[in-house]
Amino acid sequence: MEILVCVRRVPDTSENEIQLNSEQNDIERDDLVYSVNEWDNYAVEEALQIVGRLGGHVTVVTVGGEDDEEILRRQMAMGANHGVLLSDAAFEGSDGLGIARILAAFVKKGSYDLVLTGVQAEDGGAAVGGMLAAMLDYPFASLVNAVEVLDGARALRVSREIEGGNREISEIDLPCVLSIQTGINEPRYVGMRGIRQVASIPIPTHGAADLGLAAGAVGAAGAKVTREDYFVPPAGKGAEMLQGKRDEVVDKLVELLAAKGGLK
Amino acid sequence: MDGFLPPAQATFWLIQGRTLFWILHLLGLACFLYIAARRFVPLMRAERDVRFDRPLQRLGKVAQFWFGQWKHPRYPLAGAIHILVFAGFLLLATRAFTVLIHGVNEDFVVPGLTGWAGRAYALVTHYAATVVFLCMVVAAVRRLVFKPARYALPEGASPRRALDAIFLLGLIAALMLADAVYEASEAAAHAQLGHHGAPLGALSMPWMLEKAFASASVPALHRTYLGAYLAHEILFFFLLCYRPFGIQFHVETSLFSVYFAKLDRGTVKPVKWGVSEEQLAQAKSIGVKTFEDFTWKHILDFYSCADCGRCSDNCPANAVGRPLSPRFITTKGRDYSFEHYPVAGTARNGTPLIGSIYSEDEIWSCTTCGACEEECPLLIEYIDKIVDLRRGMVDEGKVPQSLQKPLKALESRGNPYGKMEKKRADWARAKEFRQTCEVATLDGSQRAATLYFVDSITSFDDRMQSIGRATARILDHVGEPFGILGAAEKDSGHEVRRFGEETLFMALRDHNVEAIKASGATRIVTADPHAFNALRHDYRDVPPIEHISQVIARQVKAGRIAFAPLADSQPTYTFHDPCYLGRHNRVYDDPREVLDAIPGLKRVEMDRCRDRSFCCGGGGLMLFYEPKEDQRMGVLRVKMAAEAGADVIVTACPFCLVNVEDAIKVAGLEGRLGAVDLAELVDRQIARPAPPAAPGEAPAGPGRDVVM
Repeated sequence: MEILVCVRRVPDTSENEIQLNSEQNDIERDDLVYSVNEWDNYAVEEALQIVGRLGGHVTVVTVGGEDDEEILRRQMAMGANHGVLLSDAAFEGSDGLGIARILAAFVKKGSYDLVLTGVQAEDGGAAVGGMLAAMLDYPFASLVNAVEVLDGARALRVSREIEGGNREISEIDLPCVLSIQTGINEPRYVGMRGIRQVASIPIPTHGAADLGLAAGAVGAAGAKVTREDYFVPPAGKGAEMLQGKRDEVVDKLVELLAAKGGLK
Repeated sequence: MDGFLPPAQATFWLIQGRTLFWILHLLGLACFLYIAARRFVPLMRAERDVRFDRPLQRLGKVAQFWFGQWKHPRYPLAGAIHILVFAGFLLLATRAFTVLIHGVNEDFVVPGLTGWAGRAYALVTHYAATVVFLCMVVAAVRRLVFKPARYALPEGASPRRALDAIFLLGLIAALMLADAVYEASEAAAHAQLGHHGAPLGALSMPWMLEKAFASASVPALHRTYLGAYLAHEILFFFLLCYRPFGIQFHVETSLFSVYFAKLDRGTVKPVKWGVSEEQLAQAKSIGVKTFEDFTWKHILDFYSCADCGRCSDNCPANAVGRPLSPRFITTKGRDYSFEHYPVAGTARNGTPLIGSIYSEDEIWSCTTCGACEEECPLLIEYIDKIVDLRRGMVDEGKVPQSLQKPLKALESRGNPYGKMEKKRADWARAKEFRQTCEVATLDGSQRAATLYFVDSITSFDDRMQSIGRATARILDHVGEPFGILGAAEKDSGHEVRRFGEETLFMALRDHNVEAIKASGATRIVTADPHAFNALRHDYRDVPPIEHISQVIARQVKAGRIAFAPLADSQPTYTFHDPCYLGRHNRVYDDPREVLDAIPGLKRVEMDRCRDRSFCCGGGGLMLFYEPKEDQRMGVLRVKMAAEAGADVIVTACPFCLVNVEDAIKVAGLEGRLGAVDLAELVDRQIARPAPPAAPGEAPAGPGRDVVM
């Protein structure tokens, strides 16, 4: 099975202190460290597990610049067979629609049985997966937390996470696009040695012309959504500290949890 | 002697003794050599190991731990039995050899053992054999009646294994008995025939048997004599060939295990001996994944284990119900070896160890505290094997999710918390603290001879920053110009290495070595035993490092630190030895001397102290690991302190303090038991001309907040 996983490089929320810049229109990007978007990492692991069972190849692709090669290599160290960078000055400033167009153009150039994305990016809006599927005219399942390949590899049985932690099981024809939810698997660890071992593998880059994209369709020129503002929500009331003896505190806590629906 | 022919001249079922015993000797020896050669096969297929260096130091180990049985008295009864049996075997070796030769040459005498020397040696052997025989009886009674917990077998162990120890004790007892009967029957016949042989040792086993045989006829004695000889012959060679199948193999292998034992404390073996760090990046696979990835010495360890259970008896992971028992790491390795490299049949190799004989949780459960290695009479190595297995798991991406984030943060930020590098020295910038002590950053603009290596937890953990400030104030008080690396310092990587992520460790180490060299410091001080161990043993080409307890002890002796008496002399203190200060670096006395120098301080020892200290739960990455366990190690530890009658646990390691403080809460001992770091205690007790103006700091009033 040939699987394409769309990945994205994001500031790592656990290793940065996110602050707004002085213009209040973006976060302060000096001194940030980046990593692969967490949802995408689960998607790559899922792809690797499917290929491990059925054979095939995993390709990881990202839209960005030279800096973004870093995460392609990390996912290749994890086990992805190929990494592809979609990069062009014309791509800069793309909104979700633009990113979906770029990815769709790339998908059409190859022949993939399955396209995976993360449910959302840590700095994004969960917009790309669905639009990509629509542009490709592929079926789409979002919030997928289990994948089973059915006999003949013409369809999948997928489980989707729905409200309240319930699961919905569906069958979906291949080729299709899935957006992968965290917790679907336990992603393997990528060590520094693994990254060094793939350091010299060339990563092909495709620009707008290679993908047959008109300059006005993507990038800032094609964007229909523009960011207006960033703001930090005002701090709410502090946590309520329960006081008293241990037994009293426990009783109070149970009472509160039951009242708020946390206990059934 | 009329009719009383020695075994070599007697006839056994039509065959002359000399011929029969030549055949039996050669057969027994051939069998043993064949088995030994088969046991050698996995050693030859194993990874390289460097153990042929420093012969004098190695002979010293043999003298102390093999010949001197150094570790055995740590378990008084079992130890005493073993020392007696070991001494008995050494004394009886010549006797056994002589008896065997008598089967083919009745006149053989070991050169030098003639005349009075021979008679004296004979007397010694009578008592040695008697003692060994009695030891076998006592050992069997212990195993059958008293059943010490540390001999318990793993679930699902074959019943054969339970009987094996008893069977071996029986075999040795039978061998001693056969020799005694052989000698007693000859002596009894001599007496009846009026010959005067050498006397048997009064009250020894042969002596008692001789008295018992006094009325037997000479032909009956002769039959007994020949029968005993044949029994001795068969038992001897059976035992020789049976030992390589179980725990008695250590009789043959222990000498080599001890000679080739690890000499460098506190270190971790290189990933592959003889492969440079640069080449590692290109190696196809690293760490132990299959049995043959172990080094030959580690396989020799499997052979040498006597299954005595001392390691697991002291293992904190085992004590709290984690799925790890060091004893079974070894015995499972041995079972695997015997099964896959059988004496008869072809060798099978290549099966992955994780998922078959070892589990991931089992290998991650170890805190590398070293209690097992400290206890092992045969100096078997555990930490290096665990680290090698972890290296194999890391290489395959099998790392618990809970450890992946801190490892990634160590890679990108140089600390496991993902905090920003520029905030690493924030602990030294707290306003109240800066009024008492200014900490220089050795970034080229400022220089000092002493570098204080802070490490991650003390730099970033709100509670542990107090150890950093106390350490700085102590260095300041003794007038030592010092500074820190600040943002240029990264995690020492001590646990990164011990968790098997060698490449990341090397990157952290190389960065720190550069930064240390650039600082121009000529000596290093730290309050973190893990950093202490890393910089002392894992790093090369850095200035000498001391733990703050060593610095304080020296300054106390030199009179540069004087202590004010404790305000409250009521509480009793106890010192908890951090594993990487104590066991791995043998700094036991310095912290105790410092405590004893504080006027009014009462100190007790816990049962488990010094080299038997009990791990608090582990440091570094172990704080992020979520083990499967019945209870916390720290909880057991603070209960030990309470039992010893202590009110305050003093430790000298930030990780110990985290674990001990948490454990006090979990154990419900809050208010009854307190915890403090040695540096904090010293800082608040130092007699300063003016009181330390640190109103916001935790260590404010002596004795007050220590206890609660």
